[in-house]
Amino acid sequence: MKHPIYMDYQATTPVDPRVLDAMLPWFVEKFGNPASRSHAYGWEADEAVTTARKQVASSIGADPREIVFTSGATESDNLAIWGVAQFYRDKGNHIITPTTEHKAVLDTCRHLESDGFEVTYLPVGTNGLIDLDTLEAAITPKTTLVSVMAVNNEVGVIQPIEAIGRLCRSKKVLFHCDAAQGVGKIPIDVNAMNIDLLSISAHKIYGPKGIGALYVRRQPRVRIKPFMHGGGHERGMRSGTLPTPLLVGLGEACRLAQEEMASETPRLLALRDRLRDGIMGQLTHVALNGDPVQRVAGNLNISFSYVEGESLMMAIKEVAVSSGSACTSASLEPSYVLRAMGVDEELAHTSIRFGLGRFTTAEEVEHVIGIVVGAVNKLRGMSPLWEMVQEGVDLSTLKWASH
Amino acid sequence: MAYNEKVLDHYENPRNVGSLDKGDAQVGTGMVGAPACGDVMKLQIRVNEDGIIDDAKFKTFGCGSAIAASSLVTEWVKGKSIDEALTIKNKDIADELALPPVKIHCSVLAEDAIKSAVADYRSKQKGA
Repeated sequence: MKHPIYMDYQATTPVDPRVLDAMLPWFVEKFGNPASRSHAYGWEADEAVTTARKQVASSIGADPREIVFTSGATESDNLAIWGVAQFYRDKGNHIITPTTEHKAVLDTCRHLESDGFEVTYLPVGTNGLIDLDTLEAAITPKTTLVSVMAVNNEVGVIQPIEAIGRLCRSKKVLFHCDAAQGVGKIPIDVNAMNIDLLSISAHKIYGPKGIGALYVRRQPRVRIKPFMHGGGHERGMRSGTLPTPLLVGLGEACRLAQEEMASETPRLLALRDRLRDGIMGQLTHVALNGDPVQRVAGNLNISFSYVEGESLMMAIKEVAVSSGSACTSASLEPSYVLRAMGVDEELAHTSIRFGLGRFTTAEEVEHVIGIVVGAVNKLRGMSPLWEMVQEGVDLSTLKWASH
Repeated sequence: MAYNEKVLDHYENPRNVGSLDKGDAQVGTGMVGAPACGDVMKLQIRVNEDGIIDDAKFKTFGCGSAIAASSLVTEWVKGKSIDEALTIKNKDIADELALPPVKIHCSVLAEDAIKSAVADYRSKQKGA
Protein backbone atom coordinates (compact mmCIF):
# COMPACT_ATOMS: atom_id res chain seq x y z
CA MET A 1 0.00 0.00 0.00
CA LYS A 2 1.14 3.50 -0.83
CA HIS A 3 1.20 6.01 2.01
CA PRO A 4 -0.66 8.18 2.57
CA ILE A 5 -3.59 6.22 1.15
CA TYR A 6 -5.22 8.41 -1.50
CA MET A 7 -8.94 8.90 -0.87
CA ASP A 8 -9.43 12.29 -2.47
CA TYR A 9 -10.52 11.24 -5.96
CA GLN A 10 -13.02 14.12 -6.17
CA ALA A 11 -10.15 16.60 -5.85
CA THR A 12 -8.17 15.01 -8.64
CA THR A 13 -7.11 11.63 -10.00
CA PRO A 14 -3.78 10.27 -11.16
CA VAL A 15 -3.34 9.94 -14.91
CA ASP A 16 -4.12 6.35 -15.89
CA PRO A 17 -0.93 4.76 -17.32
CA ARG A 18 -2.91 3.79 -20.42
CA VAL A 19 -3.84 7.45 -20.88
CA LEU A 20 -0.23 8.52 -20.45
CA ASP A 21 0.91 5.95 -23.03
CA ALA A 22 -1.54 7.38 -25.53
CA MET A 23 -0.32 10.93 -24.84
CA LEU A 24 3.44 10.43 -24.97
CA PRO A 25 4.03 10.29 -28.75
CA TRP A 26 2.34 13.67 -29.14
CA PHE A 27 4.94 15.59 -27.16
CA VAL A 28 8.19 14.93 -29.04
CA GLU A 29 7.80 12.94 -32.27
CA LYS A 30 4.37 14.09 -33.34
CA PHE A 31 4.50 17.67 -32.19
CA GLY A 32 2.69 19.34 -35.09
CA ASN A 33 0.11 22.06 -34.74
CA PRO A 34 -3.26 20.56 -35.62
CA ALA A 35 -4.14 23.86 -37.30
CA SER A 36 -1.24 23.49 -39.77
CA ARG A 37 -2.96 22.51 -42.99
CA SER A 38 0.12 22.53 -45.20
CA HIS A 39 2.19 19.56 -44.05
CA ALA A 40 2.11 16.07 -42.56
CA TYR A 41 3.01 17.23 -39.03
CA GLY A 42 -0.20 19.22 -38.90
CA TRP A 43 -2.27 16.52 -40.58
CA GLU A 44 -1.36 13.79 -38.13
CA ALA A 45 -2.02 16.09 -35.17
CA ASP A 46 -5.36 17.05 -36.67
CA GLU A 47 -6.25 13.37 -36.99
CA ALA A 48 -5.46 12.84 -33.32
CA VAL A 49 -7.64 15.81 -32.42
CA THR A 50 -10.47 14.40 -34.53
CA THR A 51 -10.22 11.07 -32.73
CA ALA A 52 -10.16 12.75 -29.32
CA ARG A 53 -13.15 14.88 -30.21
CA LYS A 54 -15.09 11.74 -31.21
CA GLN A 55 -14.13 9.99 -27.98
CA VAL A 56 -15.25 12.91 -25.85
CA ALA A 57 -18.47 13.33 -27.82
CA SER A 58 -19.41 9.67 -27.67
CA SER A 59 -18.99 9.57 -23.88
CA ILE A 60 -21.95 11.97 -23.57
CA GLY A 61 -23.93 10.98 -26.66
CA ALA A 62 -22.99 14.13 -28.56
CA ASP A 63 -21.81 14.92 -32.08
CA PRO A 64 -18.06 15.64 -32.33
CA ARG A 65 -18.84 19.06 -33.82
CA GLU A 66 -20.49 19.99 -30.53
CA ILE A 67 -17.27 19.69 -28.51
CA VAL A 68 -15.23 22.81 -27.70
CA PHE A 69 -11.90 22.11 -26.02
CA THR A 70 -11.01 24.30 -23.05
CA SER A 71 -8.43 24.39 -20.26
CA GLY A 72 -10.75 22.58 -17.85
CA ALA A 73 -14.17 22.58 -16.26
CA THR A 74 -13.67 26.01 -14.67
CA GLU A 75 -13.15 27.57 -18.08
CA SER A 76 -16.04 25.53 -19.51
CA ASP A 77 -18.35 26.80 -16.76
CA ASN A 78 -17.23 30.39 -17.35
CA LEU A 79 -17.63 30.08 -21.11
CA ALA A 80 -21.06 28.45 -20.87
CA ILE A 81 -22.58 30.80 -18.31
CA TRP A 82 -20.94 34.08 -19.21
CA GLY A 83 -21.10 33.22 -22.92
CA VAL A 84 -24.81 32.40 -22.92
CA ALA A 85 -25.68 35.31 -20.62
CA GLN A 86 -23.92 37.79 -22.87
CA PHE A 87 -25.11 36.36 -26.18
CA TYR A 88 -28.77 36.26 -25.14
CA ARG A 89 -28.61 39.52 -23.22
CA ASP A 90 -31.33 41.12 -25.35
CA LYS A 91 -33.65 38.20 -24.64
CA GLY A 92 -33.31 38.18 -20.88
CA ASN A 93 -30.99 38.79 -17.98
CA HIS A 94 -31.97 36.10 -15.49
CA ILE A 95 -29.98 32.99 -14.52
CA ILE A 96 -30.90 30.24 -12.07
CA THR A 97 -28.41 28.03 -10.23
CA PRO A 98 -28.39 26.09 -6.93
CA THR A 99 -26.44 27.38 -3.94
CA THR A 100 -24.38 24.19 -3.85
CA GLU A 101 -22.75 24.57 -7.26
CA HIS A 102 -19.00 24.64 -7.72
CA LYS A 103 -17.34 28.04 -7.24
CA ALA A 104 -16.61 28.16 -10.96
CA VAL A 105 -20.36 28.47 -11.50
CA LEU A 106 -21.23 30.58 -8.45
CA ASP A 107 -18.42 33.05 -8.90
CA THR A 108 -19.22 33.47 -12.60
CA CYS A 109 -22.82 34.23 -11.60
CA ARG A 110 -21.66 36.73 -8.97
CA HIS A 111 -19.54 38.41 -11.61
CA LEU A 112 -22.56 38.63 -13.94
CA GLU A 113 -24.65 40.15 -11.14
CA SER A 114 -22.20 43.05 -11.01
CA ASP A 115 -22.77 43.41 -14.76
CA GLY A 116 -26.53 43.91 -14.48
CA PHE A 117 -27.71 40.29 -14.55
CA GLU A 118 -30.08 38.80 -12.02
CA VAL A 119 -29.33 35.44 -10.47
CA THR A 120 -31.67 33.24 -8.45
CA TYR A 121 -29.78 30.92 -6.14
CA LEU A 122 -31.93 27.85 -5.60
CA PRO A 123 -32.00 26.23 -2.16
CA VAL A 124 -31.39 22.50 -1.81
CA GLY A 125 -33.03 20.00 0.54
CA THR A 126 -31.24 18.35 3.45
CA ASN A 127 -30.33 15.57 1.01
CA GLY A 128 -28.52 18.09 -1.21
CA LEU A 129 -30.98 17.83 -4.11
CA ILE A 130 -32.94 20.66 -5.69
CA ASP A 131 -36.71 20.63 -5.86
CA LEU A 132 -38.17 20.73 -9.37
CA ASP A 133 -41.24 22.74 -8.37
CA THR A 134 -38.99 25.37 -6.80
CA LEU A 135 -36.95 25.48 -9.99
CA GLU A 136 -40.06 25.78 -12.15
CA ALA A 137 -41.41 28.57 -9.96
CA ALA A 138 -38.13 30.45 -10.28
CA ILE A 139 -38.21 30.50 -14.08
CA THR A 140 -39.44 33.84 -15.47
CA PRO A 141 -39.83 35.17 -19.04
CA LYS A 142 -36.43 36.85 -18.47
CA THR A 143 -34.66 33.57 -17.65
CA THR A 144 -32.13 32.56 -20.29
CA LEU A 145 -30.13 29.90 -18.46
CA VAL A 146 -30.42 27.27 -15.76
CA SER A 147 -27.10 25.82 -14.55
CA VAL A 148 -27.20 22.68 -12.39
CA MET A 149 -24.32 20.32 -11.75
CA ALA A 150 -24.64 16.58 -12.44
CA VAL A 151 -22.75 15.39 -9.36
CA ASN A 152 -21.79 17.52 -6.38
CA ASN A 153 -18.06 17.57 -5.72
CA GLU A 154 -18.38 17.58 -1.93
CA VAL A 155 -21.28 15.30 -1.09
CA GLY A 156 -21.54 13.34 -4.34
CA VAL A 157 -25.29 13.72 -4.79
CA ILE A 158 -26.68 13.30 -8.30
CA GLN A 159 -29.14 16.02 -9.30
CA PRO A 160 -32.24 14.99 -11.30
CA ILE A 161 -30.63 16.07 -14.56
CA GLU A 162 -33.09 14.42 -16.92
CA ALA A 163 -36.10 16.05 -15.22
CA ILE A 164 -34.35 19.43 -15.11
CA GLY A 165 -33.55 19.15 -18.82
CA ARG A 166 -37.14 18.30 -19.66
CA LEU A 167 -38.42 21.25 -17.64
CA CYS A 168 -35.96 23.70 -19.19
CA ARG A 169 -36.75 22.53 -22.71
CA SER A 170 -40.49 22.93 -22.11
CA LYS A 171 -39.87 26.46 -20.81
CA LYS A 172 -37.50 27.28 -23.69
CA VAL A 173 -34.68 28.03 -21.25
CA LEU A 174 -31.13 26.83 -21.93
CA PHE A 175 -29.72 24.21 -19.57
CA HIS A 176 -26.05 24.07 -18.66
CA CYS A 177 -24.76 21.12 -16.65
CA ASP A 178 -21.40 21.13 -14.88
CA ALA A 179 -20.60 17.44 -15.24
CA ALA A 180 -16.97 17.57 -14.09
CA GLN A 181 -17.76 14.95 -11.42
CA GLY A 182 -20.31 13.09 -13.53
CA VAL A 183 -18.82 12.29 -16.93
CA GLY A 184 -17.44 8.77 -17.02
CA LYS A 185 -19.04 7.97 -13.66
CA ILE A 186 -22.76 8.09 -14.34
CA PRO A 187 -24.49 7.58 -17.70
CA ILE A 188 -24.93 10.93 -19.43
CA ASP A 189 -26.72 11.46 -22.72
CA VAL A 190 -27.07 15.10 -23.74
CA ASN A 191 -30.00 14.35 -26.06
CA ALA A 192 -32.00 12.09 -23.76
CA MET A 193 -31.39 14.58 -20.94
CA ASN A 194 -32.05 17.74 -22.98
CA ILE A 195 -28.73 19.27 -21.96
CA ASP A 196 -27.70 22.32 -24.01
CA LEU A 197 -24.23 22.92 -22.59
CA LEU A 198 -22.09 20.58 -20.49
CA SER A 199 -18.71 21.03 -18.79
CA ILE A 200 -16.12 18.25 -18.80
CA SER A 201 -12.82 17.96 -16.95
CA ALA A 202 -10.03 15.49 -17.79
CA HIS A 203 -8.26 15.30 -14.45
CA LYS A 204 -11.32 14.01 -12.61
CA ILE A 205 -11.39 10.96 -14.88
CA TYR A 206 -7.74 9.86 -14.89
CA GLY A 207 -6.73 12.29 -17.63
CA PRO A 208 -4.23 15.15 -17.46
CA LYS A 209 -4.76 18.45 -15.65
CA GLY A 210 -5.21 21.56 -17.77
CA ILE A 211 -7.69 20.22 -20.30
CA GLY A 212 -11.44 20.00 -20.46
CA ALA A 213 -14.28 20.54 -22.85
CA LEU A 214 -17.59 22.30 -23.23
CA TYR A 215 -20.40 20.62 -25.08
CA VAL A 216 -22.44 23.21 -27.02
CA ARG A 217 -25.63 21.94 -28.67
CA ARG A 218 -26.02 22.43 -32.43
CA GLN A 219 -29.68 21.48 -32.85
CA PRO A 220 -31.48 23.55 -31.79
CA ARG A 221 -28.42 25.72 -32.01
CA VAL A 222 -26.99 27.27 -28.84
CA ARG A 223 -24.86 30.38 -29.24
CA ILE A 224 -22.24 31.70 -26.85
CA LYS A 225 -20.16 34.84 -26.84
CA PRO A 226 -16.47 33.89 -26.69
CA PHE A 227 -14.01 35.53 -24.33
CA MET A 228 -10.83 34.00 -25.73
CA HIS A 229 -10.12 35.87 -28.95
CA GLY A 230 -7.54 34.95 -31.54
CA GLY A 231 -7.23 32.58 -34.45
CA GLY A 232 -10.86 31.47 -34.38
CA HIS A 233 -10.18 27.89 -33.24
CA GLU A 234 -13.05 25.70 -32.07
CA ARG A 235 -15.44 27.36 -34.53
CA GLY A 236 -14.71 30.74 -33.07
CA MET A 237 -15.84 29.82 -29.58
CA ARG A 238 -12.40 29.35 -28.04
CA SER A 239 -9.25 30.54 -29.76
CA GLY A 240 -5.86 29.10 -28.94
CA THR A 241 -3.67 26.33 -30.37
CA LEU A 242 -5.06 22.94 -29.40
CA PRO A 243 -2.72 21.08 -27.04
CA THR A 244 -2.64 17.75 -28.90
CA PRO A 245 -1.14 15.57 -26.12
CA LEU A 246 -3.67 16.83 -23.60
CA LEU A 247 -6.56 16.31 -26.00
CA VAL A 248 -5.40 12.78 -26.72
CA GLY A 249 -5.30 12.23 -22.96
CA LEU A 250 -8.81 13.62 -22.45
CA GLY A 251 -10.16 11.51 -25.31
CA GLU A 252 -8.55 8.32 -24.07
CA ALA A 253 -9.68 9.06 -20.49
CA CYS A 254 -13.27 9.49 -21.70
CA ARG A 255 -13.10 6.29 -23.73
CA LEU A 256 -11.75 4.21 -20.82
CA ALA A 257 -14.19 5.65 -18.30
CA GLN A 258 -17.09 4.96 -20.63
CA GLU A 259 -15.94 1.41 -21.44
CA GLU A 260 -15.27 0.48 -17.83
CA MET A 261 -18.23 2.23 -16.17
CA ALA A 262 -20.39 -0.89 -16.09
CA SER A 263 -17.76 -2.90 -14.21
CA GLU A 264 -16.20 -0.05 -12.21
CA THR A 265 -19.41 1.32 -10.71
CA PRO A 266 -20.43 -1.85 -8.82
CA ARG A 267 -16.83 -2.35 -7.66
CA LEU A 268 -16.68 1.18 -6.26
CA LEU A 269 -20.13 0.86 -4.72
CA ALA A 270 -19.07 -2.27 -2.87
CA LEU A 271 -15.93 -0.55 -1.56
CA ARG A 272 -17.84 2.62 -0.64
CA ASP A 273 -20.53 0.67 1.21
CA ARG A 274 -17.90 -1.37 3.05
CA LEU A 275 -16.16 1.85 4.12
CA ARG A 276 -19.47 3.35 5.25
CA ASP A 277 -20.54 0.24 7.17
CA GLY A 278 -17.08 -0.25 8.66
CA ILE A 279 -17.01 3.27 10.05
CA MET A 280 -20.67 3.76 10.92
CA GLY A 281 -20.99 0.29 12.40
CA GLN A 282 -18.26 0.97 14.95
CA LEU A 283 -18.97 4.57 15.91
CA THR A 284 -22.04 6.35 17.23
CA HIS A 285 -22.93 9.97 16.46
CA VAL A 286 -21.80 9.83 12.86
CA ALA A 287 -23.96 11.04 9.98
CA LEU A 288 -23.86 10.54 6.25
CA ASN A 289 -24.08 13.84 4.37
CA GLY A 290 -26.08 13.90 1.16
CA ASP A 291 -28.73 11.63 -0.24
CA PRO A 292 -27.92 7.98 0.60
CA VAL A 293 -29.18 6.65 -2.74
CA GLN A 294 -28.91 9.45 -5.31
CA ARG A 295 -25.14 9.67 -5.08
CA VAL A 296 -22.10 8.78 -7.13
CA ALA A 297 -20.35 5.50 -6.29
CA GLY A 298 -16.99 6.96 -5.27
CA ASN A 299 -18.13 9.48 -2.66
CA LEU A 300 -18.67 9.12 1.06
CA ASN A 301 -19.11 12.29 3.11
CA ILE A 302 -19.46 11.74 6.84
CA SER A 303 -19.76 14.06 9.84
CA PHE A 304 -18.24 12.91 13.11
CA SER A 305 -19.89 14.72 16.01
CA TYR A 306 -17.73 16.09 18.82
CA VAL A 307 -14.43 15.89 16.99
CA GLU A 308 -13.10 18.73 14.88
CA GLY A 309 -12.44 18.08 11.20
CA GLU A 310 -8.94 19.40 10.96
CA SER A 311 -7.67 17.59 14.03
CA LEU A 312 -9.31 14.45 12.66
CA MET A 313 -7.44 14.97 9.41
CA MET A 314 -4.20 15.27 11.39
CA ALA A 315 -5.07 12.08 13.26
CA ILE A 316 -5.69 10.25 10.01
CA LYS A 317 -2.79 11.77 8.15
CA GLU A 318 -2.01 8.37 6.65
CA VAL A 319 -5.17 8.92 4.61
CA ALA A 320 -5.35 11.75 2.07
CA VAL A 321 -8.88 13.15 2.34
CA SER A 322 -10.67 16.51 2.34
CA SER A 323 -12.60 18.11 5.18
CA GLY A 324 -15.54 20.48 5.32
CA SER A 325 -13.81 22.16 8.20
CA ALA A 326 -13.12 25.87 8.11
CA CYS A 327 -9.58 25.25 9.24
CA THR A 328 -8.69 23.63 5.94
CA SER A 329 -9.69 26.62 3.88
CA ALA A 330 -8.59 30.23 3.81
CA SER A 331 -12.13 31.50 4.31
CA LEU A 332 -12.56 30.33 7.93
CA GLU A 333 -16.11 29.33 7.02
CA PRO A 334 -17.18 25.70 7.08
CA SER A 335 -18.32 24.12 3.82
CA TYR A 336 -20.99 26.24 2.11
CA VAL A 337 -22.38 23.09 0.52
CA LEU A 338 -23.06 21.40 3.87
CA ARG A 339 -24.40 24.66 5.30
CA ALA A 340 -26.79 25.00 2.34
CA MET A 341 -28.04 21.49 3.11
CA GLY A 342 -28.89 22.64 6.62
CA VAL A 343 -26.04 20.76 8.29
CA ASP A 344 -25.21 22.46 11.60
CA GLU A 345 -22.08 24.54 11.59
CA GLU A 346 -20.67 22.24 14.26
CA LEU A 347 -21.25 19.16 12.14
CA ALA A 348 -19.94 20.89 9.04
CA HIS A 349 -16.69 21.41 10.93
CA THR A 350 -16.42 17.68 11.54
CA SER A 351 -17.12 16.36 8.06
CA ILE A 352 -14.70 14.30 6.03
CA ARG A 353 -15.02 13.54 2.33
CA PHE A 354 -13.71 10.12 1.38
CA GLY A 355 -13.24 9.89 -2.38
CA LEU A 356 -12.73 6.43 -3.82
CA GLY A 357 -11.55 5.74 -7.34
CA ARG A 358 -10.07 3.45 -9.95
CA PHE A 359 -7.00 2.55 -7.93
CA THR A 360 -8.67 2.14 -4.53
CA THR A 361 -8.34 -1.41 -3.18
CA ALA A 362 -10.31 -3.43 -0.64
CA GLU A 363 -7.14 -3.64 1.47
CA GLU A 364 -6.92 0.16 1.56
CA VAL A 365 -10.56 0.45 2.60
CA GLU A 366 -10.04 -1.96 5.51
CA HIS A 367 -6.96 -0.05 6.60
CA VAL A 368 -8.77 3.29 6.46
CA ILE A 369 -11.68 1.96 8.53
CA GLY A 370 -9.25 1.01 11.30
CA ILE A 371 -7.42 4.35 11.18
CA VAL A 372 -10.61 6.44 11.21
CA VAL A 373 -12.33 4.54 14.01
CA GLY A 374 -9.18 4.68 16.16
CA ALA A 375 -8.68 8.39 15.53
CA VAL A 376 -12.28 9.34 16.28
CA ASN A 377 -12.23 7.36 19.51
CA LYS A 378 -8.96 8.98 20.56
CA LEU A 379 -10.17 12.51 19.79
CA ARG A 380 -13.50 11.95 21.48
CA GLY A 381 -11.56 10.84 24.53
CA MET A 382 -10.08 14.31 24.67
CA SER A 383 -13.18 16.25 23.57
CA PRO A 384 -15.01 18.26 26.26
CA LEU A 385 -18.14 18.10 24.12
CA TRP A 386 -18.07 14.31 24.00
CA GLU A 387 -17.57 14.26 27.77
CA MET A 388 -20.64 16.43 28.31
CA VAL A 389 -22.73 14.33 25.97
CA GLN A 390 -21.69 11.21 27.89
CA GLU A 391 -22.79 13.00 31.08
CA GLY A 392 -26.17 13.60 29.49
CA VAL A 393 -25.78 17.34 28.84
CA ASP A 394 -27.79 18.64 25.91
CA LEU A 395 -25.24 20.84 24.14
CA SER A 396 -27.92 22.81 22.31
CA THR A 397 -29.14 24.21 25.64
CA LEU A 398 -25.74 25.68 26.49
CA LYS A 399 -24.83 29.29 25.81
CA TRP A 400 -21.43 29.66 24.19
CA ALA A 401 -19.35 32.79 24.17
CA SER A 402 -18.50 33.43 20.56
CA HIS A 403 -15.04 34.58 19.68
CA MET B 1 -0.73 23.01 5.78
CA ALA B 2 2.50 21.80 7.31
CA TYR B 3 2.62 21.89 11.07
CA ASN B 4 5.38 23.03 13.31
CA GLU B 5 7.15 20.16 15.08
CA LYS B 6 6.14 21.38 18.53
CA VAL B 7 2.48 21.46 17.51
CA LEU B 8 2.77 17.93 16.14
CA ASP B 9 4.50 16.73 19.28
CA HIS B 10 1.78 18.12 21.57
CA TYR B 11 -0.93 16.91 19.22
CA GLU B 12 0.41 13.38 18.99
CA ASN B 13 1.47 13.12 22.64
CA PRO B 14 -0.87 15.49 24.42
CA ARG B 15 0.14 16.24 28.02
CA ASN B 16 -2.41 16.10 30.82
CA VAL B 17 -5.52 15.05 28.94
CA GLY B 18 -8.36 14.33 31.30
CA SER B 19 -10.62 15.80 33.93
CA LEU B 20 -10.43 16.83 37.57
CA ASP B 21 -13.41 16.77 39.93
CA LYS B 22 -15.20 19.98 39.05
CA GLY B 23 -17.08 19.84 42.38
CA ASP B 24 -13.80 20.09 44.33
CA ALA B 25 -13.36 23.56 45.89
CA GLN B 26 -9.65 23.46 45.06
CA VAL B 27 -10.38 22.91 41.37
CA GLY B 28 -11.03 25.75 38.92
CA THR B 29 -12.69 24.87 35.61
CA GLY B 30 -12.55 27.08 32.55
CA MET B 31 -14.52 26.36 29.41
CA VAL B 32 -14.03 28.72 26.49
CA GLY B 33 -14.82 28.81 22.79
CA ALA B 34 -17.89 27.54 20.97
CA PRO B 35 -18.63 24.42 18.94
CA ALA B 36 -19.84 26.54 16.04
CA CYS B 37 -16.45 28.24 15.85
CA GLY B 38 -14.75 24.86 15.68
CA ASP B 39 -13.02 24.98 19.03
CA VAL B 40 -13.91 24.50 22.68
CA MET B 41 -11.26 24.25 25.38
CA LYS B 42 -11.80 22.97 28.88
CA LEU B 43 -8.94 23.69 31.24
CA GLN B 44 -8.95 22.60 34.88
CA ILE B 45 -6.45 23.60 37.54
CA ARG B 46 -6.08 22.30 41.10
CA VAL B 47 -4.63 24.78 43.56
CA ASN B 48 -2.98 23.48 46.71
CA GLU B 49 -2.96 25.07 50.16
CA ASP B 50 0.14 27.11 49.31
CA GLY B 51 -1.72 28.71 46.40
CA ILE B 52 0.30 26.77 43.84
CA ILE B 53 -1.26 25.00 40.87
CA ASP B 54 -0.23 21.40 41.48
CA ASP B 55 -2.26 19.76 38.74
CA ALA B 56 -3.83 20.76 35.45
CA LYS B 57 -5.92 18.83 32.94
CA PHE B 58 -7.49 19.68 29.62
CA LYS B 59 -9.96 18.44 27.08
CA THR B 60 -10.19 20.25 23.76
CA PHE B 61 -12.43 20.05 20.73
CA GLY B 62 -10.57 21.84 18.02
CA CYS B 63 -7.84 21.83 15.43
CA GLY B 64 -4.33 20.54 16.02
CA SER B 65 -3.11 23.96 17.09
CA ALA B 66 -5.93 24.32 19.63
CA ILE B 67 -5.09 20.93 21.13
CA ALA B 68 -1.38 21.77 21.19
CA ALA B 69 -2.01 25.17 22.80
CA SER B 70 -4.11 23.63 25.57
CA SER B 71 -1.61 20.84 26.15
CA LEU B 72 1.22 23.38 26.38
CA VAL B 73 -0.72 25.56 28.82
CA THR B 74 -1.30 22.65 31.22
CA GLU B 75 2.47 22.15 31.32
CA TRP B 76 3.17 25.82 31.86
CA VAL B 77 0.67 26.49 34.65
CA LYS B 78 1.76 23.56 36.76
CA GLY B 79 3.98 24.70 39.66
CA LYS B 80 2.95 28.32 39.21
CA SER B 81 0.90 30.44 41.60
CA ILE B 82 -2.39 31.59 40.13
CA ASP B 83 -1.04 35.13 39.75
CA GLU B 84 1.96 33.79 37.87
CA ALA B 85 -0.30 31.67 35.69
CA LEU B 86 -2.23 34.79 34.72
CA THR B 87 0.95 36.31 33.30
CA ILE B 88 0.96 33.71 30.49
CA LYS B 89 -0.04 35.63 27.38
CA ASN B 90 -1.32 34.41 24.04
CA LYS B 91 1.82 35.74 22.38
CA ASP B 92 4.00 33.46 24.55
CA ILE B 93 1.92 30.47 23.46
CA ALA B 94 1.87 31.50 19.80
CA ASP B 95 5.64 32.07 19.83
CA GLU B 96 6.41 28.76 21.54
CA LEU B 97 4.30 26.82 19.00
CA ALA B 98 5.25 29.08 16.06
CA LEU B 99 1.56 29.45 15.20
CA PRO B 100 0.79 31.03 11.82
CA PRO B 101 -1.50 34.12 11.82
CA VAL B 102 -4.59 32.05 10.96
CA LYS B 103 -4.07 30.02 14.16
CA ILE B 104 -3.44 32.90 16.58
CA HIS B 105 -7.01 32.56 17.87
CA CYS B 106 -6.00 29.17 19.33
CA SER B 107 -3.45 30.87 21.56
CA VAL B 108 -5.97 33.57 22.50
CA LEU B 109 -8.39 30.85 23.48
CA ALA B 110 -5.75 29.13 25.62
CA GLU B 111 -5.02 32.38 27.48
CA ASP B 112 -8.77 32.85 28.00
CA ALA B 113 -9.00 29.30 29.33
CA ILE B 114 -6.43 30.10 32.04
CA LYS B 115 -8.30 33.28 33.03
CA SER B 116 -11.59 31.41 33.06
CA ALA B 117 -10.23 28.55 35.20
CA VAL B 118 -8.70 31.02 37.67
CA ALA B 119 -11.93 33.04 37.85
CA ASP B 120 -13.87 29.85 38.60
CA TYR B 121 -11.40 28.86 41.33
CA ARG B 122 -11.54 32.34 42.87
CA SER B 123 -15.33 32.46 42.87
CA LYS B 124 -15.39 29.07 44.60
CA GLN B 125 -12.95 30.30 47.24
CA LYS B 126 -15.02 33.43 47.84
CA GLY B 127 -18.15 31.35 48.21
CA ALA B 128 -16.48 28.91 50.61
